[in-house]
Amino acid sequence: MIRLEKRLAPSKRAQYLNPFLAVALTMIAGGLMFAALGKDPIAAIRLIFFDPIFSEQFGSYSRPQLLIKSAPLILIAVGLAIGFRAGIWNIGAEGQYIIGALCGAGVALAFYPMEGWFIFPLMIFAGALGGFLWAMIPAILKTRFNTNEILVSLLLVYVAEKLLAGMALGLMRNPDVAGFPGSRDLRRYESAHNADLIANTGMHWGVVAAMIAVIFAYVMMTRHSLGYQVRLAGQAPRAARFAGVSPTRLVVTCFGIAGVLAGLAGMFEVSGPSGQVRIDFASGYGFTAIIVAFLGRLNPIGIVLAGLLLGLTYIGGELSQMMLQLPGAAIQVFQGMLLFFLLALDFQTNYRLRLTKGARA
Amino acid sequence: MTASAPLLQLSGLTKAYPGVVANDDVSFNIGPGQIHALLGENGAGKSTLVKMVYGLVKPDAGEMRLRGQAFAPGQPSDARKSGIAMVFQHFSLFDALDVAENVALGMENPPPLRDLAKRIRDVSEAYGLPLDPTRLVGELSAGERQRVEIIRCLLQDPKLLIMDEPTSVLTPQEVDILFRTLRKLSDEGTAILYISHKLDEIRALCSEATILRGGKKVATCDPREKSARDLAELMVGQLLTPPERPARPFGDVVLQVDGLSLASNNPFGTSLKDINFALRAGEVLGIAGVAGNGQDELLLVLSGELASPSDRVCLLGKPVGQLGPNGRRELGLVAAPEERLGHAAAPDMSLTENAYLSGAHRKGLAKNGFIDWDKTRGFAESVIARFDVRTPGPHVVARALSGGNLQKFVIGREIEQNPAVIIVNQPTWGVDASAAATIRQALLDLASQGAGVVVISQDLDELLEVADSFAALNEGRLTTPRPAKGLTVDEIGLMMGGAHGMHVAEEVAQ
Repeated sequence: MIRLEKRLAPSKRAQYLNPFLAVALTMIAGGLMFAALGKDPIAAIRLIFFDPIFSEQFGSYSRPQLLIKSAPLILIAVGLAIGFRAGIWNIGAEGQYIIGALCGAGVALAFYPMEGWFIFPLMIFAGALGGFLWAMIPAILKTRFNTNEILVSLLLVYVAEKLLAGMALGLMRNPDVAGFPGSRDLRRYESAHNADLIANTGMHWGVVAAMIAVIFAYVMMTRHSLGYQVRLAGQAPRAARFAGVSPTRLVVTCFGIAGVLAGLAGMFEVSGPSGQVRIDFASGYGFTAIIVAFLGRLNPIGIVLAGLLLGLTYIGGELSQMMLQLPGAAIQVFQGMLLFFLLALDFQTNYRLRLTKGARA
Repeated sequence: MTASAPLLQLSGLTKAYPGVVANDDVSFNIGPGQIHALLGENGAGKSTLVKMVYGLVKPDAGEMRLRGQAFAPGQPSDARKSGIAMVFQHFSLFDALDVAENVALGMENPPPLRDLAKRIRDVSEAYGLPLDPTRLVGELSAGERQRVEIIRCLLQDPKLLIMDEPTSVLTPQEVDILFRTLRKLSDEGTAILYISHKLDEIRALCSEATILRGGKKVATCDPREKSARDLAELMVGQLLTPPERPARPFGDVVLQVDGLSLASNNPFGTSLKDINFALRAGEVLGIAGVAGNGQDELLLVLSGELASPSDRVCLLGKPVGQLGPNGRRELGLVAAPEERLGHAAAPDMSLTENAYLSGAHRKGLAKNGFIDWDKTRGFAESVIARFDVRTPGPHVVARALSGGNLQKFVIGREIEQNPAVIIVNQPTWGVDASAAATIRQALLDLASQGAGVVVISQDLDELLEVADSFAALNEGRLTTPRPAKGLTVDEIGLMMGGAHGMHVAEEVAQ
């Protein structure tokens, strides 16, 4: 019989080592998978993790992409990590991301074709508000009716996806182009365009927002009483009540922060890199951000590194699709494996497997 | 001393855990029918020793002989087969099952329930342990639950019965019933290994006592020939001074509770029913009661973790029933819950962070929501210094401290805030005698400086040592507080509800 035993003192070093080990194990397992698909594993790994940055051939395209892909991941993951630290499981960032994008784009399309400096700030506000309100649904259902926030927030992703499809095909569809689903291209609408701040670097407002969010989260978690309450509630819920932390307020705050950041990420995406409200706008950033949060140890600085790495797998995935004709799903398998190995390693640091002889009386 | 051959011989038993030697070369014998006390402070190694006898822990060195034959139980079922039974301090019973079903669950080959119920009745009658086999365990008092455990053991017809701190959950009357049973068992030849740190009990019950200190045996003696003070000094290894209680006048009422009722949201929790008391400045109110009679609920509703109608609880004349813990802290009420790890302190946070947990408001440790960690560390250090918390420093996480040291920190953290009212639940639970004396003295000092103090405790000796007035919680009701001076243990026992299930005892006797 196999028995699980909690380790008395889980190693602190393993905590920081595990993400690196997980990446290494993912490369090995991923390489085996590529080999099974009949591709050269070394070349594939190199293409995914190395070439996007260092290859002369692809670098000039890929390097700006790194910021473009990583910024939303980091922005969303920072918000999620705060909730995860408090033991509040918002799995629906993807939905908050979509609604944020729809609200931001909605403001832009409502003003089209008027130009004005106030349009972009208004879009930012609308995006944040949209994500916030979408996140409030699971938060309020949880505090009022004690529903499970994991289920509600996750299911709301599918509702948001339907809304997105409805908007892309209906209300927000570009009236000037008959037949094509999707909205006007915001990149061609100057007041609404989230353009690169420095040309061809991928450095858009979303990157700035992500950097601010990281600093804000870091200060909050280490210096501010709200961050203390979050950590306390996550580690010792009864002690948190003794300390006067209101569980209701904490749930609403954590969902609110995550919703605002995910909504912002969606808004910066739709007004910049994506440009359009399209059926396929949702690209899984909200889910990948969960991996980013855990891989970054729920720590804002760690999340930056993890976000860059996962951003890299997005670009590398596209490259390998192009160059090696790897299936697009392979990269999702890759990301999944990363989370799997990380959780397995974490489990292994916290618990010990014991083989016992026979069944106990 | 029994002249016959010993039932169980322990020689040179040693068990080390990482960083601590729990038992170091412990040897003694238990004769058949002997009631043998195992005496020592928390952490002296009593539990480890009996776990080795019961097969839960394997000794590193030394040997045990049962009736002259080598005895090395690999697991508790081996020990049970050899005639050793144990009643644990913490019961393993299912609330939603009845007594007979619970007993059956603990047996290797339970007979049909109907036969078992009859055997339970027979045994409970024979040994004067009133117990109805058809009642739900969830409805039983702690004393009755213990009887379930004892009867479960007796049905195995043990030769040696190990009892771990059996009286900590009993009223004085229930203790009497238990002692009668144990003496009867002893007369019939069942040996009893009785673990306790209550000296009077041991002197009343046991014919031999082995005293452990720091994992080593310091003496085996006849406790009836020693004074309680001698035993205490053997146990603690130093002289003890009882706390000073300068006579002092009481001031105005600082905490008033009127008709406070609170339904429990847990089916086996205790609802508070019509609680009334007034606490004056400088007064120590002791609240006795067997565990599970509403102590936790009372602390929560006074500390502000549970809300009540506003005017049911008045602090310094202001209604505070709807205020949360921090609102009450700002007004001057602090509390220390019973459970140290997980409630009073966060296990994985440092002592500095834990100092912030309840000290943030009164000590002004945050400015505009930003935590002043230097100031917080200073506060933690002052608690550590004043209450002699043994730890390398405030950066150490709470779970790394021993129970007693963490208790000193948790209580000290509240006392250092100079509250107007302090409420503590089981302030010295699991704390060694000298630390307990420090904590009690600090509570008394606080009272003499004019604070109102509520001490909820199951330790009657502690309450009699510190309390000015005395009340008891029984099934969620609080008796009217009476001056503690002149109360006898019998009167206190009756306030605590007497012996639960005495009516059954009378029926059985008829």
